[in-house]
Amino acid sequence: MNNIRFSDESLALVQKMIRRYPEGRQKSALIPILHIAQAEFDGWLSPAVMDYVASLLNIQPVEVYEVASFYSMFNLKPVGKCVIEVCRTSSCWLLGAEDVIRHLEKKLNVTVGGTTNDGMFTLKSVECLGSCGTAPMMQVGADYYENLTLDKVDTLVEGFKSSGKRKSYTDKPEPRTI
Amino acid sequence: MGKNLLLEHDHVPGIQSYEVYRKHGGYAAVEKALKQLSPEAVVEEVKKSGLRGRGGAGFPTGMKWSFLAKPEGVARYLVCNADESEPGTFKDRYLMERIPHLLVEGMIASSFALGAKSAYIYIRGEYFYVSRILENAIDEAYANGWLGKNILGTGYDLDLYVQVGAGAYICGEETALLESLEGKRGNPRIKPPFPAIAGLYGCPTVVNNVETIAAVVPIVNMGGDEYAKIGIGKSTGTKLISASGHINKPGVYEIELGVPVEEFIYSDEYCGGIKNGKQLKAVVAGGSSVPILPAHLILKTANGEPRLMSYESLADGGFATGTMLGSGGFIVMDEDTSIVKNLWNFSRFYHHESCGQCSPCREGTGWMEKILHRILHGHGKLSDIDLLWDIQGKIEGKTICPLGDAAAWPVAAAIRHFRSEFEEYVKHPEKIKDVQHYYRLNSLSEA
Ligand SMILES: Cc1cc2nc3c(=O)[nH]c(=O)nc-3n(C[C@H](O)[C@H](O)[C@H](O)COP(=O)(O)O)c2cc1C
Ligand code: FES
Repeated sequence: MNNIRFSDESLALVQKMIRRYPEGRQKSALIPILHIAQAEFDGWLSPAVMDYVASLLNIQPVEVYEVASFYSMFNLKPVGKCVIEVCRTSSCWLLGAEDVIRHLEKKLNVTVGGTTNDGMFTLKSVECLGSCGTAPMMQVGADYYENLTLDKVDTLVEGFKSSGKRKSYTDKPEPRTI
Repeated sequence: MGKNLLLEHDHVPGIQSYEVYRKHGGYAAVEKALKQLSPEAVVEEVKKSGLRGRGGAGFPTGMKWSFLAKPEGVARYLVCNADESEPGTFKDRYLMERIPHLLVEGMIASSFALGAKSAYIYIRGEYFYVSRILENAIDEAYANGWLGKNILGTGYDLDLYVQVGAGAYICGEETALLESLEGKRGNPRIKPPFPAIAGLYGCPTVVNNVETIAAVVPIVNMGGDEYAKIGIGKSTGTKLISASGHINKPGVYEIELGVPVEEFIYSDEYCGGIKNGKQLKAVVAGGSSVPILPAHLILKTANGEPRLMSYESLADGGFATGTMLGSGGFIVMDEDTSIVKNLWNFSRFYHHESCGQCSPCREGTGWMEKILHRILHGHGKLSDIDLLWDIQGKIEGKTICPLGDAAAWPVAAAIRHFRSEFEEYVKHPEKIKDVQHYYRLNSLSEA
C-alpha cells in the first residue's frame, strides 16, 4: 500500500501546480493533481491513491474522497485501458448517438458502464462534450472523435485494440485537422 | 452579412502561434490599455460598448466590473469561465482552440482594468487538449513580455493560469466554479455575498465568459462607442452562435446581433437550411436551458414581426411566446423529431447534473425524468402532463442557483407549445415504436 508514489516527473509537476495558488491555498491544486494521479495509477483513483494525494496536499483524506466522487471524470473503480465516452445529449442524440452506443455495446459485448473481459475497454455514455456541431461524437482519453459513423467507430476501436495502449485525459493529444 | 470582430483571423494558417497572431494586430489592445489608458478608462470603454455577458445571462459587463469591491491591500481576481457545458454550446472551445491568444490578450486587458494581479481560466476537464493549447499561448505571452512582472515597463504585474475541471455542468455556475477552483465539490454558494464582494478565496472577483473577455479586445481597439454602433438596440456587437442539429451547415458563426432568425437558419452563409430537405419543427435557441419554440414562433414573434437574433427580439413575448438568446447554443429540430423524447433527454441531463444541495432540484429533476420516461414508454396518464407542469413550477425560483430554473423551463415550454404531442403518447401507446430499446438504454446508462 505504501509503495504508492508519483514519478519524479509528476512530482515536479505537482509542486509547480501548488505554487500557482496563494499561500495556504494549496488545496486548489487538488483536481489537477487527481488528473495526474488517475493517469499514472491505471486510470482510476483507489483509496490508497487518494490518501497519498491527501498527504501531498496536507489535507484530510475525506477532503479528497468528497471531491473525487463529485466529478464524472474521476473513476473510483478500475476501468479498461481505453474508456470510450459517447456523448448522449441533445444534438448528438438527434443525430444518432443511440445507434453509436448500441453498436459499441454489441461490438464490445458490454453494456454501458461495463468493461470488456480483456480489460481493454470501458464503455460510458456522457453528457454534452461541447462538440455538438460535429455530432455524434465521443471522447477517448485526450482526444475527441467527431462526425462519427458506425464504420468510423469500428476503425477507431480496431486501432485502439491493436495499439493496446492506455489512453488518459492528460496524454498528448493526437494532431487535429481543424 | 457576417461581421467578424472575434473570428476575423480564425482561418489564418498558424494563427495559434504568437508570431502570426501578433503580425495580424494581436496584443494591440494590451498595448493601448496599458500605455494609453487608465484602468478606469478601460472600464469606461466597456461600459460604453454596451457589451453584455456572453455566458448566458446577458448581464452588462461594464456594470458588473464597476461593482467590484476594491478594499485596500486585498487581492482581486479575474476568473474566466471556460466551463462551457450547456448542451448545444461549443463556441468557447472553437475560440480557444483556434485563436488562443485572443483570450489571453482579453484576460490581460481585462485584468488590468480590474486591478487583478492573478487571473485564472477555469476550463472544463474534458477540454484537456484545449488547456494545453492555452498553456502554450500563455508561455509565449510570458516569453514576449505580455505577462509576468512589469509588463511593457508600466509597472503592472500579472500572472495567468489555466485550471482544469473534472466533469460537472454545475461548475459553469459562477460560485460553483469558484468552489471547484478552490479544490472543492462544485456546490453553488448562497448569494449574497456576490463574487464582486467575496469571490475566490473570499476576495473580490469578477467571473466572465470566454467570449465576453475576448470581446474586450476589439472594444479596446475600436473604442466602446464604435463597438456600440454594431448590432441592434441594446444588443450591441457580435455574438458567436453554436449551430447544431438538423441543419446542413453546423458550426460556429459570428453574427452581428440583429440578423433575422429566418436568414440565420436558411441562408447559405449560416446554417444552410434544414438537412435532407425536411421542414423545420422547433428550435432551442440559446442552449438546452432556454424555452423551445415551434417553427412559427421562432421565425416570427406572436405579433407577426420577423424574429431577430438579439437579446430583446428572442425574448419578445416573454415565456408565453418567446425564449432567450442564452449562450447562443442554437439547436435545430426537423419535422421528424419527437419533442417528448427530446425533453426526456434534456431532463435526464438536468437530473444527472443537479448538485443535490436543494431538494426541489435534486428530487424534482429525478421525478420529471421518471414521468417523461413513463410517458415515452406508453405507461403515461393524462394527469402526468399536469403533474410535470406542477413539478417544474415548484422547482423554478426555489433553488440556490439557477440550475433549477434551467431544468424547469424546457419542461414548461415543451408542454406549453407541444401539449398535443404528449397527449398522443398517452392516448396511443400502440403507436410508440422502439419501447424496448428505450427501457434498456435508460436502465443501463444509470450503471
Ligand atoms: C447551471 C449553470 C451553468 C452555467 N454554465 C456556464 C458556462 O458553462 N459558461 C459560462 O460562461 N457561464 C455559465 N453560467 C453562467 C455563469 O454563472 C455566469 O453568469 C457567467 O460566467 C458570467 O459571465 P458573463 O457575464 O461574461 O456571461 C452558468 C450558470 C448556471 C446557473
Ligand atoms: S450534444 Fe454531444 S457534444 Fe454537445
